[in-house]
Amino acid sequence: MRPSMMNIFENLRDQNILDLEHAKRDNKKVVGMYCAYSPQELVLAAGAIPVSLCGTSNKPVAAAEKVLPRNLCPLIKSSFGFAITDTCPYFRFSDFLVADTTCDGKKKMFEILGSMKPLHVLQLPQGTDRPGALGWWLEEIRILKDKLEENLEATIDEDSLRAAIKLANKERQVLRRLHEMNRLDPAPLSGVDLLTATWLRSFSVDKAEGIELVEQLIEEIQEIADKGLSPFRAGTPRILLTGCPVGSGSEKVLKLLEECGGSVVCLENCSGIKTQVYLIDEDESRDPLEAIAERYLQIPCSCMSPNPGRLELIAKLIDEYRVDGVVDLTWQACHTYNVEAELVRQLVKDKCGLPYLQLETDYSTSDVEQLKTRLAAFIEMMDRS
Amino acid sequence: MITVGIDVGSITTKAVLLTDTTWQSLLLPTGCSPRESGKSVFEQILNRAGLSPADVNYVVGTGYGRISLPFIDKAITEITCHARGAHHLVNGTDMVVDIGGQDSKVILIDEQGSVMNFAMNDKCAAGTGRFLQVMAAVLGADVSELADLARGAESVQISSMCTVFAESEVVSLLAQGVPKERIIAGIHRSVASRVASMAERLGRGERLTFTGGVARNDGVREFLSRELGQEITVAPEPQLAGALGAALLARDRCKQTLVTLDEIH
Repeated sequence: MRPSMMNIFENLRDQNILDLEHAKRDNKKVVGMYCAYSPQELVLAAGAIPVSLCGTSNKPVAAAEKVLPRNLCPLIKSSFGFAITDTCPYFRFSDFLVADTTCDGKKKMFEILGSMKPLHVLQLPQGTDRPGALGWWLEEIRILKDKLEENLEATIDEDSLRAAIKLANKERQVLRRLHEMNRLDPAPLSGVDLLTATWLRSFSVDKAEGIELVEQLIEEIQEIADKGLSPFRAGTPRILLTGCPVGSGSEKVLKLLEECGGSVVCLENCSGIKTQVYLIDEDESRDPLEAIAERYLQIPCSCMSPNPGRLELIAKLIDEYRVDGVVDLTWQACHTYNVEAELVRQLVKDKCGLPYLQLETDYSTSDVEQLKTRLAAFIEMMDRS
Repeated sequence: MITVGIDVGSITTKAVLLTDTTWQSLLLPTGCSPRESGKSVFEQILNRAGLSPADVNYVVGTGYGRISLPFIDKAITEITCHARGAHHLVNGTDMVVDIGGQDSKVILIDEQGSVMNFAMNDKCAAGTGRFLQVMAAVLGADVSELADLARGAESVQISSMCTVFAESEVVSLLAQGVPKERIIAGIHRSVASRVASMAERLGRGERLTFTGGVARNDGVREFLSRELGQEITVAPEPQLAGALGAALLARDRCKQTLVTLDEIH
């Protein structure tokens, strides 16, 4: 059974754009962000609206390939394609863009994109295990604060920062609670719906409103679960999806996994639990920028070297969500996730003794039949009924 | 109990009809309609056995065309079916190498013939039956003659994995006057090394069984065994392993259902 609230979330697709249009008419500033490392608290504190930017559809990839190399990750090509074809309303409405030096492909793409709109690129440290890493990153956050103040003609003061931290933490907690509903067996929410709800919310204009909607969805899921209902029959193999970012439009593998008889109970990626588990320290005696820097640097992305946090998180999630198998999705030409897959395989197969499948694909549908065979065979391995 | 397994592959459609004591088979070219060839192989194998669809307890479809068959009870991937088929055909199999028309797979299996892990080639004809077919056409030979033509010849290095590039490489080797048999041996080695690297990645088994249409080519088998440094058993009727596995899985499912019904009564 599907929660009726999901219809409201699906309508957000259009509603978000209308809301943004109205906000712009009221002279609100909009800041577009490409990555989970970009601290939205600073944008909120500046009285502007932080929004995610499009980059999960195959449509603009061909246009991007006129400029960028073909053998590049589809997320980079899609993001760039949306911008140059002016088909992402969030990009169009953005007054300022914030990006990060996560992978080589992205940072070089941003150099080209920077000529289209005011853009600031945060420089991430290569890893988090050096004593200077946090200090470097804190300095980067301070630079971002200055850039935002200058470009948005706003002041970011301590009080507004603390309020923004509280609001964003509240959002993280509610999204985490939504995710954790799927610890139930069978899961009350399909992986596709889980993604749709979290994804569309990330484009919403009013954070408090978005939080309220997710709370209502959780309530409805609880009612469904209390009646013992689920979209899945008991015994459906429970899958943890990890790896590269997945969003609406690039959910091909997630969809196929559920069509082939699996239940994706947990998403360990940027749009999923990975960015929701860590909260910002709300201790009022601390410098809020330092607390922000500390939390964002905890995100266990494969661009960090080493990246033990991801393995620790996956091991914990396997346990908490009673996972039967792990699928590791790598977008074509994403070297960091592709290479890190070996470490994930060692953890999942050798240490946890669970089936593990790594896939390398792009946003196109050209390999759907091949993927179906691999994913269905993977599910058959776990589903011996 | 009578069950049927239908394996609609990219080149050949196979059917196995399984009774309590025996099994029989039928092969047809898939042609351009997997749906039609699946239906036709099912009808023909039943006709030959003097049976009607109502006599069959359970039908499992497998292979690329598995989803296009309206008359089956369940679709199961060829990976699971080849594992079950090879397990039945060759005692003690723990690793299956299946090279079919459009893909190749390496499958690790347990004592029950269930899949423990697998690897499959990606979006590419390298290391498949299609690669052999294309090369045979360039050399003016039939794919079934390749093994005999190359017997005893020392292989020439085919460096390109890509079917399109390898084709032009073969053309230029012919132009250089390299003997056909050496080129064919090189082609066999190319398929074998591609599949061997998949097997190495997966972790080696003790008893390897070779299934799929390409297993009938002794040249590929020989290079595969050389590359891996171990013996490989070609399954009896290697092309039928998938359909047989499907029929066996159909029987397993039937028995399960009967047990459940017994429990109810």
